[in-house]
Amino acid sequence: MSADPPTGGTPSAPAAATTRKERFLYGVGVNSFLERNVPLDEPPPWPDNDRLARVGKPTVRQDGRAKATGAARYPSDIQLPGMLYARMVVSPHPHAKILSVDTAAAERHPGVRAVHVLDRVLGNAELADPTKEIASKFPIVRFAGQPVAAVAAATAAAAAEAAAKIEVEYEPLPFVVDLDEAQKPDAPRVFPGDAAQEESEGGGGGGGQVPQTGNVRGPMLGRGAKPDGKKAAEDALSVCDAVVDATYRTRVQTHSALETHGVVADWKDDGLTVYASTQSTQSVRDELAAIFDLPKAKVRVLTEFMGGGFGAKFGAGTFGLVAATLSKKTGAPVRLFYDRKEEHLSTGNRPDSKMRLRLGGTKDGKLRALVFEGFGTAGVGTGAGTAGPAQALYRIPTIWTEESDVFTHAGPGAAFRAPGHPQGCFALEQSVDDLAEKLGLDTLALMNANDEHLARREERRLGAERIGWHRRHPPGRDPNASGPIRRGLGVAQAVWYRINSMDSGCEVRISQDGSVEALSAVQDIGGGIKTAIAQVVAEELGLSPQDIVVRVGDTGYPPGPPSGGSMTTSSLTPAVRNAAYKAKLRFLEEVAGAIGVPADEVDLRGGQVQVRTPPARSLTFRQAAARLRTEVVTATALRSPEYGDRGMDFLGGVQFAEVAVDIETGVVKVERVVAVHDCGRPINPLAIESQINGGVLQGISYALYEDRRLDRATGRMVNPNLEQYKILGAMETPEIEVVLVENYLARSSTDAGGIGEPATIPTAAAVANAVYNAIGVRIRELPITPARVLEALGKIPGKGAAR
Amino acid sequence: MIAPFEWLDPKSLDEALAALGAELGETGRSTLLKAGGVDVIDRLKEGLDSPARLVNLKSVPGLDRIEKLPDGGLAIGPLVTLARLDADAQIRAAYPALADAAGHAATPNVRQAATLGGNLLQRPRCWYFRSADFHCLKKGGGRCYAQEGENDYHAVFANRVCAIVHPSAAATALAAIGARLQVASAKKRRTLSIDDFFVRPDADVRREHVLAADEILVGIELPALAPGVRTAYLKLGEKESFDWPIAEAAVRLDLEAGTVRSARIVLGAAAPTPWRAPKAETWLVGKSITAETAAQAAAAAIEGATPLAQNAYKLPILETVVRRALLAAAA
Repeated sequence: MSADPPTGGTPSAPAAATTRKERFLYGVGVNSFLERNVPLDEPPPWPDNDRLARVGKPTVRQDGRAKATGAARYPSDIQLPGMLYARMVVSPHPHAKILSVDTAAAERHPGVRAVHVLDRVLGNAELADPTKEIASKFPIVRFAGQPVAAVAAATAAAAAEAAAKIEVEYEPLPFVVDLDEAQKPDAPRVFPGDAAQEESEGGGGGGGQVPQTGNVRGPMLGRGAKPDGKKAAEDALSVCDAVVDATYRTRVQTHSALETHGVVADWKDDGLTVYASTQSTQSVRDELAAIFDLPKAKVRVLTEFMGGGFGAKFGAGTFGLVAATLSKKTGAPVRLFYDRKEEHLSTGNRPDSKMRLRLGGTKDGKLRALVFEGFGTAGVGTGAGTAGPAQALYRIPTIWTEESDVFTHAGPGAAFRAPGHPQGCFALEQSVDDLAEKLGLDTLALMNANDEHLARREERRLGAERIGWHRRHPPGRDPNASGPIRRGLGVAQAVWYRINSMDSGCEVRISQDGSVEALSAVQDIGGGIKTAIAQVVAEELGLSPQDIVVRVGDTGYPPGPPSGGSMTTSSLTPAVRNAAYKAKLRFLEEVAGAIGVPADEVDLRGGQVQVRTPPARSLTFRQAAARLRTEVVTATALRSPEYGDRGMDFLGGVQFAEVAVDIETGVVKVERVVAVHDCGRPINPLAIESQINGGVLQGISYALYEDRRLDRATGRMVNPNLEQYKILGAMETPEIEVVLVENYLARSSTDAGGIGEPATIPTAAAVANAVYNAIGVRIRELPITPARVLEALGKIPGKGAAR
Repeated sequence: MIAPFEWLDPKSLDEALAALGAELGETGRSTLLKAGGVDVIDRLKEGLDSPARLVNLKSVPGLDRIEKLPDGGLAIGPLVTLARLDADAQIRAAYPALADAAGHAATPNVRQAATLGGNLLQRPRCWYFRSADFHCLKKGGGRCYAQEGENDYHAVFANRVCAIVHPSAAATALAAIGARLQVASAKKRRTLSIDDFFVRPDADVRREHVLAADEILVGIELPALAPGVRTAYLKLGEKESFDWPIAEAAVRLDLEAGTVRSARIVLGAAAPTPWRAPKAETWLVGKSITAETAAQAAAAAIEGATPLAQNAYKLPILETVVRRALLAAAA
């Protein structure tokens, strides 16, 4: 692969020669324009979506049929000749020193080809000073479910039988699995010294210089925090007309993607090939290359299809490391996929949280001060911070945020669909709702007065109209109350960051037979990037998306961005368009020469090469391709930096929920959600709508059901399955109405944004606000179960009512 | 991991009974009956059971019939699926409590496979019992982890030894209806009242019912209900799809000119067995069902509950479903 320099110039060329000025659509709606510099080799700006042929049009997934019929082969479906099955042995203890591991019986078990005792575990925080570690021949066990050893055998059954024969002798150590207990000075220490974890590509973890006391790592302060900032913010609160001071709690949510974590690793003399269920083929390659000291070029990672990921599928993973090790030992391909229990225990989760938020405003409807203090546990990992929304959603003159990770003896947290935001939003948007009531304002009016994001302003307007916000009654006074059912409306907003990976590339090939291929290492985890690539190439080449053969999920192709942080489409589609544009120019130059017209006289449209003057001489794309001098015309492009200044753009999103609460049973039913979102220029509204539907459902599930439960006496998870770990189902699915706002930002050649994270950020908060509106009592703890509703209503014998 | 086992497709009940009787003593492993397989597969996968042999009752002809009894009642074969109970016109007309219990269990997919016999005889869903990580009393261990542990879905009655709730929705309905159970072994047949079928943990914590190891449940008989006898069943779960109830109530009211002659009130998801509420039943006799009497009976039905640290919330819910079930039955 050869990448052209992103700006097209040579190092000696003067800077002015590398770009040109272009006039872009800008803002919500299409009436404003903005001039920005564009690299010379990038295409001119697109008009609004209405004037495009393929982009912005609902487009059926390229691989929809293969997925629906079962023809699609996911990484967990991969079967290779001679493939072995691996099985982990995991610790039943939440904290222990391993004294011995006896593998003799397992090694003798029929069918067993290799046994491996782990010398390291990935995905956990690590001691800053390794010499402080408890002296041990083996890794210290820090959560129940931590992998200890693994077996590779000819069949899955043989591997499981052999794994059961591995005898591990543990010395159990004191442990703590509860957020509050772990903060106590005499709590058992998870790490015998300061520990930290690198940030993953999905945004989990979080490094930086942060103090640690006992199990509490923090506080991490907001950017630019001044030493007297907290006092200043508290002083500002003290002069507000109204202040809301409340504490919110959320529980651990596991990712529970349909396909569990795992790989098939195939170690050969000439290199390592890995079929991975990953959100970043590149991250798997890079980590395995580093661990095994292989050139990256000798590690190939393949993810043709992928069974879902919400932030926890980055890097090699302990399973990947072990599978590669076993493959290297045996010389055979090794399949290692976790079962559902292992998946729940050790592959990541959304950390829990306890957040105190103080929010003050004045009678003129202005927010004046905010103080946020958050704690959360990502178990043996870090990244439990939840201050993001408090820092970025509203314009508040005085803000103080501090957030701390609390280590516990539980499986590590990981990035999970907008790390920290659904939690932080649950706190912030309920406080905003409360404060509006205290100030005698409508919640939307308070938002309008303090939120400068133009797309969100439009989203509030559209959403209010669609849900019928005018119907919203005062809290707890449903005028249509029938029997025990009380209905209510709530709203909450999202803020997310427009982030891009420059490791985003695409090659576009046009062959003499007129076929077109687009290649990128990017993985399609369900968001539909394959289809978006086809649309963008088709738009540029005047073809139909079905004409484009898209190949993704192979590190042998130009680099692909990680599918995390809502950055895939935003990162990759400009590179795709730029590559298609360059291929088109080369193609047209040859074709124009062949038919004897100047190159700037021809263009591609509607499957035709159109010659501007006279138009009669047009020929089909395929006929034109036949005139190519060589078999293929190809061009590759990488993502170039965002156009314009360096300022950060934010994605918005506003969701409205209508709920029905049974005040006798405490059961909450979400009946309707209106989700109004922006993602720059929408590429495929059909896929975006799907992703928003999914975000809303995951958000409702988080709001009402999901809860990883650890037994405090043993530190073990009591619901490591998909039966007792409750996830919303068909009967809990409300009517969801998606409204898309085109929000042009003039940032790239496609100007596409992302949608994965914003789609789920505000849902739980909107549901909580709707519950409050319905019953007049606030539930500040997730999930909003019948138990919590009845307790808040004062209906449980021996327990008082809230407020 | 599912340990290998022998699969037997008996062609007759006698063959199935003979298979149960045959000793497999040398392995120390048991023979397990399988009907729809819904519960059995879960137990095998978690390693709670590792039988030497599975006896597939689906291969025995005649166990899936619904037949009229001479006295006007119904005999239901143990292999009748929940989906059929839900859809069967006679059952829905005469025993709506059973039709609703069957029709609201689990999911449509599961109801197509799950059988009435299997539903009655399934093992409890307590998360400590279901996890191989916890060697609890019911599995021969030394303690009930739920007593001091995570117990929000556990029993609020009779919960001091072992705090499971009985998992069968059909059992709740059948206890209200007053069903009889036909049981066969190679040696004899016997008929049991459903009132005598379930075993409380304080009697024997290892079992939930009285069936002996060599016995098979071969029929469920529903009594003929006189005109004026009404039944109703209500379930409440946190979710409607794929979830277990947190509260159930099934009632049978014998009404004459609007007055209760007798009542059976059964709470489900409340105790280790279907839980009768005798005080409420007696109190209702001679009264008509109104919002007021239903509420008072419901309050009486939860009297004496001994909730654990996390499950007192179930009491107002149980009270609500009892009240609503009474009103639904009388409506």
